[in-house]
Amino acid sequence: MNLLTLIVVLPLAGFLLNGLLGPRLGKPFVTVVGCGLPILAFLATVRAFLQLNGTEGAALVETAYTWAVVGDFTFDIAFYFDRLSAVMTLIITGVGSLIHVYSTGYMKDDASYARYFSYLNLFLFFMLLLVLGRSLLVCFVGWEGVGLASYLLIGFWFEDMAKAQAGKKAFITNRVGDAGFLLGMFLLYHAVGTLDFDGVNAAFSGPVAPAVSASLVGVLLFIGATGKSAQIPLHVWLPDAMAGPTPVSALIHAATMVTAGVYLVARLNGLYLQAPEASQVIAVIGVLTAFFAATIAVVQTDIKKVLAYSTISQLGFMFVALGVGAYGVAVFHVYTHAFFKACLFLGAGSVIHALSGEQDIRKMGGLARRIPITFVTFAVATAAIAGLPPLAGFFSKDEILWFAFASERGGSTLLWAVASLTALLTAFYMFRLLWLTFLTPSRMDEKTAHHVHESPFSMTGVLIVLAVLSAVGGFVHLPHFLEPLMPLPATDHALEHLEMPLIVLAVVTGLLGLGAAIYVYRGGLARAERLQRRFAGAHRLLSGKYFVDEFYEAVLGRPLHWISERVFLRLGDRILIDGSLHGLTGLAQRAAGRLSRVETGNLQFYVLLAALGLVASLAWMWRHG
Amino acid sequence: MDRTQLLLTVSIALFALGLTGVMIRRNALVMLMCMELMLNGVILSLVTFAAATATLSGAVLVFLVFVVAAAEIAIAIPIVLLLSRQRKSLDVGAYSELKG
Repeated sequence: MNLLTLIVVLPLAGFLLNGLLGPRLGKPFVTVVGCGLPILAFLATVRAFLQLNGTEGAALVETAYTWAVVGDFTFDIAFYFDRLSAVMTLIITGVGSLIHVYSTGYMKDDASYARYFSYLNLFLFFMLLLVLGRSLLVCFVGWEGVGLASYLLIGFWFEDMAKAQAGKKAFITNRVGDAGFLLGMFLLYHAVGTLDFDGVNAAFSGPVAPAVSASLVGVLLFIGATGKSAQIPLHVWLPDAMAGPTPVSALIHAATMVTAGVYLVARLNGLYLQAPEASQVIAVIGVLTAFFAATIAVVQTDIKKVLAYSTISQLGFMFVALGVGAYGVAVFHVYTHAFFKACLFLGAGSVIHALSGEQDIRKMGGLARRIPITFVTFAVATAAIAGLPPLAGFFSKDEILWFAFASERGGSTLLWAVASLTALLTAFYMFRLLWLTFLTPSRMDEKTAHHVHESPFSMTGVLIVLAVLSAVGGFVHLPHFLEPLMPLPATDHALEHLEMPLIVLAVVTGLLGLGAAIYVYRGGLARAERLQRRFAGAHRLLSGKYFVDEFYEAVLGRPLHWISERVFLRLGDRILIDGSLHGLTGLAQRAAGRLSRVETGNLQFYVLLAALGLVASLAWMWRHG
Repeated sequence: MDRTQLLLTVSIALFALGLTGVMIRRNALVMLMCMELMLNGVILSLVTFAAATATLSGAVLVFLVFVVAAAEIAIAIPIVLLLSRQRKSLDVGAYSELKG
């Protein structure tokens, strides 16, 4: 039975049905198809998962189609379902289905309802291709496809120029990373002769090392991952991606697509285990991203931007785990993060919905009583991301911190210290968000305040499910479940007695963040504004996002523009290409002008010319005969 | 001079006569007649060669050329007729603006 193919094809069918027939058959049809097929895919995944558990760890493999045969090498579209793909597929179809259901409420009045659901289904299709593909090639098709779906959904309201621009920015930034991915893939194929994940991992963990530097391949593939997972230096697209509809931000730019980079590295753990330098790079980039994104999140005033930077920061945490060899822990954080971040984004969507489109947290406040379900779920998810026990985020984040500290594959005190500081900032800015949105006295204007209403059940129901999962999700000990695939790194024995104190410290850090946020924001914005005036320079730097966009504009954007304008357009296009073509046509025109004088209208003259030509050709034949 | 050479000389003479006529006469009808002369010169050479090499296809081709020539003249004469109605003249110089 082609269960895996079915999982992948169901959302594709949804895309085709909704894309081609949706606008004609109306909203009920779109809703049933758009939500029904992802749910079916989820059920199929559960079935495949049960089958997998019956096989004692042997992966399910299914070849759907032979793509190409080159020499004695075949490129198959094959699906590979082991415990890692199983976790990812469950997250994608599960959280994906929930967000589809939420969207039926959130996008209820949108004119392009069918287009929205067809894009969303298309995204699911590519994402499933990405995580279920057996080879890097199939994975790459999915990788590019989710980029496309992300582009389409960020620019979903493309009449707004800024939103269309944000879509382009995401796409182009991702292309930079994709170049690295492609190069890594070429190099890998050249050295190993296969692109299948299991084959690559086996080749690198085998007795004969492949004739290529694992670190080089690792770094190249990691460049791809920095693009998709918004790590420094390619993180700039994710905050702008918030231009898309909020459920899209929840699904693509928080729960699933941006974790593709984490999945890729975790999937190739056999390669990265042989690549200590690449792992070092990953850990450092991860921790820097986590820290800098968290500092930016502290001063953001747009509810979705805060969440966007927090996503970047959490992704940084995952890469820290990958960098120190704790692949299972990174996937654990992917899993918990999917729940609480989806819950936060959808909660933010519910807030925005209630306030008729207002996103500035300085103009919110006092919503706890008005929209209680949203408030409670948002609060649970906030506590989860801040790492307060016993919520999901506590377990995964704590393990990351522990391995960052004690792993023998690159853990260090410095790594741990920066990560802990980031955790403190995380707790601070998340509780700041909670307080400013829900708990401080209202700063809304009369008109908005009058309209505030709780969202329909299709939205709040999803919020409740996700909040429950954020609360209890951490009790599933994923790293242990994944251990047969990717063993946890050894930890330093001399440090083991510190494990318990560190956990306590992590909890204290979270509470400290909570306390600081309460202290600063309890009374509204007054105290924060005083602080802002006192540290005006720092505030400018942070709210300017370290001016990375401006830096890229000056260093890359403007020179490229100059070269395109001056060299390619004016010199190349206008002078060389247009010039030579115009010259040729001018020559032909002038020559034709001269020759046309022969045409006099005198028939006798024509005959004379013909006769002369005849004589000349006869003479020529005579000579060369 | 044997028969083949004689016939070929006649055909060349016919062709040259026709060509000269087309070149120097301005009357459209006379030019058409001269063209017929040229055509007949060519046909004569065709028949001559066919006879000399004893191939039947040459002789068959002659009939084809006759049919084509008849069709051509059947179109050319009405054209000349229509032209002469326009200007009341058979002088081809009167129609030189037809060069376009």
